[in-house]
Amino acid sequence: MATTVSTKSVDLSTIFPDAVIADERKGYTGWLVEKDNLIEIATYVREELDYDLLSSVTGVDYLPEEKMEVVYQVYKTTGGPGLFFKVQIPREDPMEIPSVINIWPGADLQEREIWDLYGIKFPGHPDLRRILTWEGFEGHPMRKDWQEPFYEEETKPFKSRWPKGEHIHAEEINPYHDNLKFPPKFNPENWTPTDPEEALYTSLKKFTTKNEDGLEAEQIIVNMGPQHPSTHGVFRAVVVLDGEKVVSLKPVMGYLHRNHEKIGERNTYLHNMPYTDRLDYFNSMANNWAYALAVEKLMGIEVTERSEYIRVIMSELTRIQNHLVWVGIFLNDLGAVVTPLLYAFEERELILDIFEEVSGARMMCNYYRFGGVVRDMPVRAFEKLKQLVYDRLPGKIEEFERLLSENEILLSRVKGIGYLSAKDAIATSMTGPMLRASGVPYDIRRAEPYGIYDRFDFDVVTRPECDLYARYHVRIEEMHQSLRILEQAVSTIPEGPILPKKPVYQVRVPAGEAYGRIESPKGELGFYVISNGKPNPWRYHVRAPSFINITALEKMCVGEKIADFVAILGAIDIVLGELDR
Amino acid sequence: MGVEQKLGNMGMVTTTLEQFVNWSRTRAMWPMLFGLACCAIEMMSAQAAHYDMSRFGMELMRASPRQSDLMIVAGRVSRKMGPILRRLYDQMPEPKWVVAMGDCASCGGVFNNYAIHQGVDELVPVDVYVAGCPPRPEALIHGIVTLYEKVNGEKFTDYTDS
Ligand code: SF4
Repeated sequence: MATTVSTKSVDLSTIFPDAVIADERKGYTGWLVEKDNLIEIATYVREELDYDLLSSVTGVDYLPEEKMEVVYQVYKTTGGPGLFFKVQIPREDPMEIPSVINIWPGADLQEREIWDLYGIKFPGHPDLRRILTWEGFEGHPMRKDWQEPFYEEETKPFKSRWPKGEHIHAEEINPYHDNLKFPPKFNPENWTPTDPEEALYTSLKKFTTKNEDGLEAEQIIVNMGPQHPSTHGVFRAVVVLDGEKVVSLKPVMGYLHRNHEKIGERNTYLHNMPYTDRLDYFNSMANNWAYALAVEKLMGIEVTERSEYIRVIMSELTRIQNHLVWVGIFLNDLGAVVTPLLYAFEERELILDIFEEVSGARMMCNYYRFGGVVRDMPVRAFEKLKQLVYDRLPGKIEEFERLLSENEILLSRVKGIGYLSAKDAIATSMTGPMLRASGVPYDIRRAEPYGIYDRFDFDVVTRPECDLYARYHVRIEEMHQSLRILEQAVSTIPEGPILPKKPVYQVRVPAGEAYGRIESPKGELGFYVISNGKPNPWRYHVRAPSFINITALEKMCVGEKIADFVAILGAIDIVLGELDR
Repeated sequence: MGVEQKLGNMGMVTTTLEQFVNWSRTRAMWPMLFGLACCAIEMMSAQAAHYDMSRFGMELMRASPRQSDLMIVAGRVSRKMGPILRRLYDQMPEPKWVVAMGDCASCGGVFNNYAIHQGVDELVPVDVYVAGCPPRPEALIHGIVTLYEKVNGEKFTDYTDS
């Protein structure tokens, strides 16, 4: 059956003539699928067409057309372009779409997110709870008709700001009480808050075991986080323990949630660039690129030659810097407190110096623009860069290896821990070093090259062990590969303009949809942007690798010791800004 | 003052108890290991070798609020995190101080929407605000030194219940 379809253009509508039509809205691609046939079609796409990696699932609220849409983006781990299919349902409660969690388990957290933010239910999902907001939150904030207190206007820039060079506080125009909305039938007098934790604890697997003497062992529930030194910020995991062994685990998140996407939909296109910096704040240069890529696809503009090289240089530097800090923090989690981290930060500062010189900021670079980068690389920064790439970094990375890779204590903590087979890794939509450490050579720089990555010579690093040791090694080796790319880029970077035309504040973006994705140091980072021709994006979705890589956390931890949970979580390399958005 | 002049240089200093207590508080102020968002990374940079905040008696981060004197709120505080932050603050023993690091912690920063507390001073009393998004490590160190000045000027009577 699979032979009848070529990989290039899959025509779903001829295979399922009754249930699928091509999406013919202007600027859109993909297929519109009937809700009742979704499971059948998804199974076919997964089993027969071999689209094994569910990259992203997201909702779109088409308020003017009175429709809700859920978009599925699937790819093959063997590479090539993706397949988009969408399900549309009328925009009235209750909205329900069958869950695809049995076909792609990676849909787990993403469907919960859609339920939380859009209020679409997924029958068949075993644990559909709120994820980013809390239980008891009223409404679904990503809906276009959901308004917050202090709501002023739909889109920015607000007219009240700087009318005559003066700033007026939103609260003055919009006094608090005028704006307070209560849910229907709400009476503050007899309202008792629901316990937000109850649903969480009932979702945990319960058990009691009896040994041969008839003694009962009880479960212990341990809350790790949100304030815990090992959770890298405000991540929280609820762990059920049998002695020291993890029996069941639930990630709890949203403690840093600021609804990045809602903000993004109210901003203008250029406004969003600095916000992307604050997603994964270790890798602002990479985030910028993914967003720029999506908008450039929509606008149909070319990136200038010199800028392409600068982009590669910056994003590979970011990767080195991210992995260095990861090694430091990971060892910190394992108990080698602070010393490796100090070594890592030493090198990081040198890379940040370059970022600062080109963009003006150490961390929040806001450096990319549609069609290029904001300003050229100064000569001095280029000299520093060469010195780093040729002299300093190779030796330093080797030093790390020499100190750590053979270290007895490290090896005994990482070998064989946190096993995740290649099959499970693909099923749970893992990407980036996590997937490659399970032996799957999937790297977007190779699988679907963006920018000018097809010109460079580098290896996709994989390891067969599928454990923490493999994850450590993949990252160390990736730094060497990044240096290889950097050496090639630095020696061949051409002179030339950095922007195709004069920069404008308000870019014109034709209607349509686009998905830009890059290989960020943490995995596949994608931006799904829908434009309706207005100055603000209609939909702005971030496919965040930290968020989706958490899906497999339970699978990796069950059966391990609680102390190893810390290491396993550390090895995923999460950043809370991206996880919670 | 008088003793030193009478006895000559015997390696002895006299001061008031108040000054002495304040001095020792500033020389060993233990911040809580409490990173929220992007600013926490700059806080880590400030503690790392390059900026080395331990020059100011701050190298010991404590993960437990019960052992810490200073809460550096490094990042945005969401409404979901708010109650937890307040509880952590309540668990810290007196005397305690709060530094709001970055624009988000000071006033909500760029995230002016329903999900974020528009400034951590909605929840806890703040002693020093450090501006910047993120503030450079130097700025944080400056904030800390400013806090020391404040602590050095404190009186015992500030802590008596009136
Ligand atoms: S002030 Fe800026 S850098 Fe700091 S947490 Fe807020 S957005 Fe991040």
